[in-house]
Amino acid sequence: MRRRGVGASAITKKKLETSRYKEHGNELAMIQLDQLSKQLETFHSHLEKFAANHKQEIRKDPQFRRQFQQMCATIGVDPLASGKGFWSEMLGVGDFYYELGVQLVEVCITTRPQNGGIMPIKELHQKLLKTRGKYAQDISLDDIKTALSKLKLLGTGFTLLGTGSKQIVKSVPGELNMDHSAVLEVAQKYNGKVSNSDIEAMYNWQTERIQHVMEHLVREGMAWIDTQTPNKETWFWFPAFFNVKNNN
Amino acid sequence: MDRFYWSNKGIEAGETKSFCQNGVRIYDGDQKTSYDDGVLTLTSHKLMWMDSSNSQICISLSLSLAVFCERHGGGIGKSAKVSLHLQPVPQDRLPGPVARSSFGFIRFAFKHGGDVEFNHKMEQAIHNKAWEKSLRKSSHSTPEMRPLRASGIIGIERKMEAEKKMTDQSISVAFKDLTKLMEKAKEMVTLSSTIAEKIKDKKGDITDDETVKFQSYLLSLGIPNPVTKQTHGSGTHYHQQLAHEIARSLKPQIEKSGGMILLTDAYCRINRARGMELLSPEDLLNACRVLSHLNLSIKLRQFDTGVMVLQLDSHSDETVVKQTTELVTDSNSLSSEELASLVDISVLLAKERLLLAESSGAVCRDDADQGLRFYPNLFLTKSR
Repeated sequence: MRRRGVGASAITKKKLETSRYKEHGNELAMIQLDQLSKQLETFHSHLEKFAANHKQEIRKDPQFRRQFQQMCATIGVDPLASGKGFWSEMLGVGDFYYELGVQLVEVCITTRPQNGGIMPIKELHQKLLKTRGKYAQDISLDDIKTALSKLKLLGTGFTLLGTGSKQIVKSVPGELNMDHSAVLEVAQKYNGKVSNSDIEAMYNWQTERIQHVMEHLVREGMAWIDTQTPNKETWFWFPAFFNVKNNN
Repeated sequence: MDRFYWSNKGIEAGETKSFCQNGVRIYDGDQKTSYDDGVLTLTSHKLMWMDSSNSQICISLSLSLAVFCERHGGGIGKSAKVSLHLQPVPQDRLPGPVARSSFGFIRFAFKHGGDVEFNHKMEQAIHNKAWEKSLRKSSHSTPEMRPLRASGIIGIERKMEAEKKMTDQSISVAFKDLTKLMEKAKEMVTLSSTIAEKIKDKKGDITDDETVKFQSYLLSLGIPNPVTKQTHGSGTHYHQQLAHEIARSLKPQIEKSGGMILLTDAYCRINRARGMELLSPEDLLNACRVLSHLNLSIKLRQFDTGVMVLQLDSHSDETVVKQTTELVTDSNSLSSEELASLVDISVLLAKERLLLAESSGAVCRDDADQGLRFYPNLFLTKSR
């Protein structure tokens, strides 16, 4: 028969045992998570490979197509991976640029909360290279521009601004831009006078984004430019909020 | 090729590693296989090949099956190869990547060299027959073959290990080629969601990337049977059917986005839902043009600036004028920025709404230094 420990030493022993079991359990959980992540990775790379190599066959069978899409959704794989091919290369036709269009709109939509729809084309390029699968064809800045030009048909919602490598993709047109209201809020707070640095301090936006909003507000006649300021910084005056100051 | 079996990357006790080279492709006899870029390792007991792009894929060949090897030098555009002639397939073979092969030899192509050394080491290994010695030593008790009876922590560990092996194996078998994957698609769909679920349980999310998350979400909204030119021709009928599909699939998303989305965003969303059946911008535009004739409660709208959006009918001119006039009356007068913050739309859109209300005679403007303000049209209501 087993001897039962009594007294302080038994308690210490039991405590020690429990903590060891716990430690071991945590370790096991870690190992399991590690294994699962590896399996996910395998799945990921297999799906990417198949999307790149078997597009036509997958499309042929409706049931399988649905299952494939389902897997892509759960694992987080982009099923669009057409190669550029001869016709896309020469004439810019074919699925390649349409697919790139879908992907670039997606990136723009998801980064809007941070950048307000103003994204340097280089950054967009980097992001696309990252999110497109590793079996997808490499893309250049020119490819992005071609894909953007295909989207022109859908209105001027997405536009390319500026020149050279400093080009910016703007994905929020004035009609849907809430930045103006945000700037007007600041203007009201400062009794009708703001500078770019005021806005930056308030919202932490990039310079391009601020410039953009201000230009628009000036064009719309809501703000007046003042370049003869004591600190050489450009100020913007909002006549709509002048009387606020007088009332106080 | 049929002598290979699925294995792990480990090395047993008493086994020694003698050679390792990357960039190795396996040929089944004279034929190329999909095992085209991997790391080849030679130990005293076995040959092991591990996929470079996916370290989960690892296959081994017991050296007891090797008979002799010969080297073929490479040339311009042709890498050096080593052939390995093999014994017949043993009775108790373990499951491997290829069930049956008509070839009695395999070949390794060395993209990055190493062929001479491999050939030499291989000859040595075949000569030494290290596997026979260790076999004799442990022939009475092979620990691996004993039935797993242990319980407690060891039992759990073993069970985990076995489960992992099973899963790894079924994944690599299913993704062997397309036909295999189609056969096992249902199983793989379940397996993928089990893995994803388990990871979500432990870690929260399968990815931190916002774009990937959004993409997964859009993909998961999948359209079961996308309207295609193959099924519906390419004329008006096609565009009408597409319009129905667009309305069905996007309406909830438009509602969530405040009643209006860019046509460009719609292009992304609908194509993600369609999966691999890509819709061109032309077809999308044509389909959206017929939306208004079909009474589907959304329609295409183009602003003067050239911006195109899909919007709910609740944003139609009459309702907008009515709502705006009410708001102006309630607050006595409104500027476009005030209206914008009241109904949570952009300033530009607010201005547009006020102008629309003005043109229908419901409000009047006051254009002063402070900017443009609009008042209820008392001329219309109070003048009799």
